[in-house]
Amino acid sequence: MRLSRRTMFAGLGLAGVGLAGLAPALVYAEQFAGTYNPQAEEVADGIWMVRGADEPIAFANGGAIANTVIIATNDGTIVVDPGPSLSYGKAIRALAESVTGKPVIRVYITHLHPDHSFGAGAFDAGIVHALSATRHDLERDGEGFSDALFRVLADWMKGTTVVLPQGDVTAGKTVIGGRKLQLFALGGHSSGDLAILDEATGTLIGGDLVFHDRAPATPHANIDGWLSALDTLEGVPHKLVIPGHGPIDSGNVAIPQTRDWLSWLDSMLNEAVLSGMDMTEAGATEIPARFANIKVARYELQRSVSHFYPGLEAELLPMVGS
Amino acid sequence: MRLIKTILPSAASVLLAASPALAEGLPADPLGSPMWEYHAEKLFTGGPVVFDNRVKVILPVIAEDQHVVPVTVDARKLDGVKRIVVFADLNPIPVAIDYRPMDAAPFVATRIKLDQRTPVRAAVQLEDGSWHVAGDWIDAAGGGCSAPPLSRVRGDWADHLGEMRGAAWSDGNSTRLRFGFRHPMDTGLVENIPAYNIETVRVTDAEGREVASMDVYGSVAEDPAFTLVVDRDGPMEVAARDTSGLEFAGELSPASGKRLSSGQ
Repeated sequence: MRLSRRTMFAGLGLAGVGLAGLAPALVYAEQFAGTYNPQAEEVADGIWMVRGADEPIAFANGGAIANTVIIATNDGTIVVDPGPSLSYGKAIRALAESVTGKPVIRVYITHLHPDHSFGAGAFDAGIVHALSATRHDLERDGEGFSDALFRVLADWMKGTTVVLPQGDVTAGKTVIGGRKLQLFALGGHSSGDLAILDEATGTLIGGDLVFHDRAPATPHANIDGWLSALDTLEGVPHKLVIPGHGPIDSGNVAIPQTRDWLSWLDSMLNEAVLSGMDMTEAGATEIPARFANIKVARYELQRSVSHFYPGLEAELLPMVGS
Repeated sequence: MRLIKTILPSAASVLLAASPALAEGLPADPLGSPMWEYHAEKLFTGGPVVFDNRVKVILPVIAEDQHVVPVTVDARKLDGVKRIVVFADLNPIPVAIDYRPMDAAPFVATRIKLDQRTPVRAAVQLEDGSWHVAGDWIDAAGGGCSAPPLSRVRGDWADHLGEMRGAAWSDGNSTRLRFGFRHPMDTGLVENIPAYNIETVRVTDAEGREVASMDVYGSVAEDPAFTLVVDRDGPMEVAARDTSGLEFAGELSPASGKRLSSGQ
């Protein structure tokens, strides 16, 4: 992505705090979106990765924070996760068709989150497929996500509507245009997480079950379920992992790193509740040095405190009184 | 304001004359809030107002859930604190809590609802009457105060009303209390749901002496949770009363936190 003059506002949008002295009007001064300019990098034979920014969703990045995958087949092109908005989805469609030379015939949505799913409107709804859990999740949360994204991304979202996937993915092997794919119906990051293995190249598309050098986001997470999904993925023979966020992984580090972060997060939050900390104190917990290169670690840690803390208190603090 | 002054100079001067001390003594707001003067003139009676970075207002980097935004106020660098008022300038119910740490540290943590991007501040009043203010802007999506609480949506709010959870962690001198109640904390801003919230919380020691008390408003989050540090050891009785006159109470034993920390 090339964002030139907008980068000066990086980190304001959703992460816009600590702005003492800035008049509120300045933060939202720029309401005209730019043009998305996604770039495809060929990471395996006939597979391209489009990198999202390793940042929170913000006006400065147009919400383009998730990785998108383009797969060429003999019959047409597959897109995995078309991004946050209609115009991003359109840019991905044009990019995909230009690098493969063939029209898009299938779009997979790995899970409900709008940074992955909201670009679906750029495609014929009949070719957009996801796990049935993801369709149900989008039916429930799609409008809420839409409100939240329009608020932060404003004009970038123009024309974007919630598009429900029309095809239900079931786990197992499938062949599209000669490409043998294995589809995995997992969960843990959300109630339905699709992972895809391209057999010929050994490329594992992890969706948001796998983060790499970018802290995992947990708004709909079940950490135990997520850890067992990671065990499943680790057991799938593969050469490359394309994470939902962060750079490609050819050294088998992304899955262990995601597991390490989640395990640490889980025990840190439990310990914080048991030792009497409140939420802001838990959110200020020192992040271990081994996570020093993980982007937006503090931000996601504090989001995770918000996601889990009240529930952990209800579970761990004893009932008192009558 | 400029227009009003131009058209109605006499009326404006009458308004200003009503609070002559504040109109002159109020410092300019470093956060540039449009509501600073309005709140300051209502809240800060009885003494001069200063912005003071010894008052720490700790907020998360993002209001991830505008229904549950944690706020911690730590004024332990100041002596003689008698009141801590936590408020959000642009909330429809600006004040969240008004805390009086009588025999407790000037430290309090809770969670509040936010209805939009707003300054969140703590105003700390000392025994000499002076007000020491700090805070920051925090961004938030709308609807924290004007959307129904989860327990109203689920419909089970009455099944658990007033259930209290908590524990106490003592270091021999002071005791950290953490407690929360199941309560919808209805703001009155949601159609067909009248205001209904916990309005006072009192902490007393084993002899019945009051060590801390707090007024609580509808902008505190559903299932309100509090962290206080009292300058006492021993069991503490926590009692809350809501706007229907219901009372919820429980005792926090000094061993309860130790049991949790040691995993027993």
